[in-house]
Amino acid sequence: MNTGIYPVAIFFAAIFTNNILLTNYLGMCSFLSVSRELKTSLGLGAAVTFVMSTTSLLNWVVYHYILIPLELDYLRFIVFIIVIAAFVQLVEMIIERTSEILYAALGIFLPLITVNCAILGVSLFMVIRNYSLLSSFAYGLGSGIGWTLAILAMAGIRQKLAGARVPKGLEGAGITLIITGMMALAFMGFTGI
Amino acid sequence: MFPISTFLISIGAISVLSAFLAILMVLADATIGNYGEAKITINKDKELEVKGGRPLLGTLMDEGIFIPSACGGRGSCGLCKVKLVSGAGQYLPTELPWLSEEEKGENIRLSCQLKVKNDISIQLPEELFNIKEFRAGVAGIRDLTHDIKEITLELLAPEEISFKAGQFIQLKVPEYELTDVPVYRAYSLASVPGSKIRIELEIRLVPNGICTTYVHKYLKEGDEITFNGPYGEFYLRDSEKDIVFIAGGSGMAPIKSILLDMAEKEVKRKTSYFFGARSGRDLFLLDEMKELEAKLLNFSFIPALSEPQAEDNWDGESGFVTDVLARYLSSKDNLEAYLCGSPGMIEACLRVLAERDVPEELIYYDKFG
Repeated sequence: MNTGIYPVAIFFAAIFTNNILLTNYLGMCSFLSVSRELKTSLGLGAAVTFVMSTTSLLNWVVYHYILIPLELDYLRFIVFIIVIAAFVQLVEMIIERTSEILYAALGIFLPLITVNCAILGVSLFMVIRNYSLLSSFAYGLGSGIGWTLAILAMAGIRQKLAGARVPKGLEGAGITLIITGMMALAFMGFTGI
Repeated sequence: MFPISTFLISIGAISVLSAFLAILMVLADATIGNYGEAKITINKDKELEVKGGRPLLGTLMDEGIFIPSACGGRGSCGLCKVKLVSGAGQYLPTELPWLSEEEKGENIRLSCQLKVKNDISIQLPEELFNIKEFRAGVAGIRDLTHDIKEITLELLAPEEISFKAGQFIQLKVPEYELTDVPVYRAYSLASVPGSKIRIELEIRLVPNGICTTYVHKYLKEGDEITFNGPYGEFYLRDSEKDIVFIAGGSGMAPIKSILLDMAEKEVKRKTSYFFGARSGRDLFLLDEMKELEAKLLNFSFIPALSEPQAEDNWDGESGFVTDVLARYLSSKDNLEAYLCGSPGMIEACLRVLAERDVPEELIYYDKFG
């Protein structure tokens, strides 16, 4: 395959056909709890996108330059988690210190996604699929945007849903999961394009 | 089989990586995350020196002030609301889902999300750090009417009480003839909050009432008594609306406290105080009310007698306080109402106020049994 076009293909696949949330069902907890409002969803989505793309880069470097030479790739789960946690924490501290506006828009969500499985998922898939550095970044960025797309769609639907009569037992997470399932079905349509 | 070196390398690699990141975090914490000392001013008079950079909720908890919170500071219960006076930045998106437009207007914040980064000033309900047990000496007992006594207490320990005009305390009645175990009864503070060492209660004798009998028949000047508090949400709200007070009997107590407080603070809102009594002998503190009418610009005291006697020479309002109320109020008035009296009186007044289109949320009363 043409290596020049490959990262671009990965980028779009990560948004639509291979959406990390809708095909892998990763990152569900923050998706369920924060998808009540469009504005907060956008903030969380931006934070996820930022963290996914940067940590996929970081973890790629750590994996290929530390873990592989030392033959420690079986430790990638632990190492990736530590790197993500430390990095997110650091970024949060810097944002909090430097920009109040950026902190309110993005920084406040960072602790929520430190342990988000979608973030770790991206780093792990990147290893399994043997992506190059550029492809990993494209994959991280695309996955973040795809996740944002999904949570924005969900927030929009849930805002409409606020006025609907949902059966008592399905209120909140229940109806959200059902809708997520339907959205996943809809996204399957992209595969055919 | 793995050679032993594999284990050593893996342990070493993880250790080095973790140590590196840990040192990085420690350095970051000491530089980027170090906000130094910050000062929290509470209700304008209390100042706390705290370490900055942490959420307000936890910072206050370390200082022994407990804001109610159910989720432990994760921003998922929305209970730990605190009124910010000055000092912190804009709202965080994690706070917004829990705050109404009105609360945003009043600068209410979620204390678990708001971080103390510089000097801030907040307002907490006094009762949060204020509810204590007090010992006090009885400094005076005075008859207000044939069945209402005014008790003056001088605080022994703690030596001062802070309360909002209109709040109540719980008086402890020791075991005596009518009770085998100590019991607590709630009484509104009748004195002005400005007086922190001396408080007044107004207690009406209820036949066979455990506490009222104790106070009326047993309590003497010089006795020591225990109470706790202050409690309650019955206090004057800050607004521009006209004020209507309605009370009967010893319901006078909190209203008097609020009025005295208004006089001290020179509140100029239009205020009417409807006081219901049976006959002349049930009226009291008339001189004090007259004095208040002179001190408070827009205040009028309107006593109403339901059964005026010939010897009363009554030329004021006659009838039940509800009837008088109905005559005075019109639905065009922009007012809020404060009620204190028997449950029956409160019920009846609520009906009249509803007819006059006073919104339910603007009617305040303590539900004393």
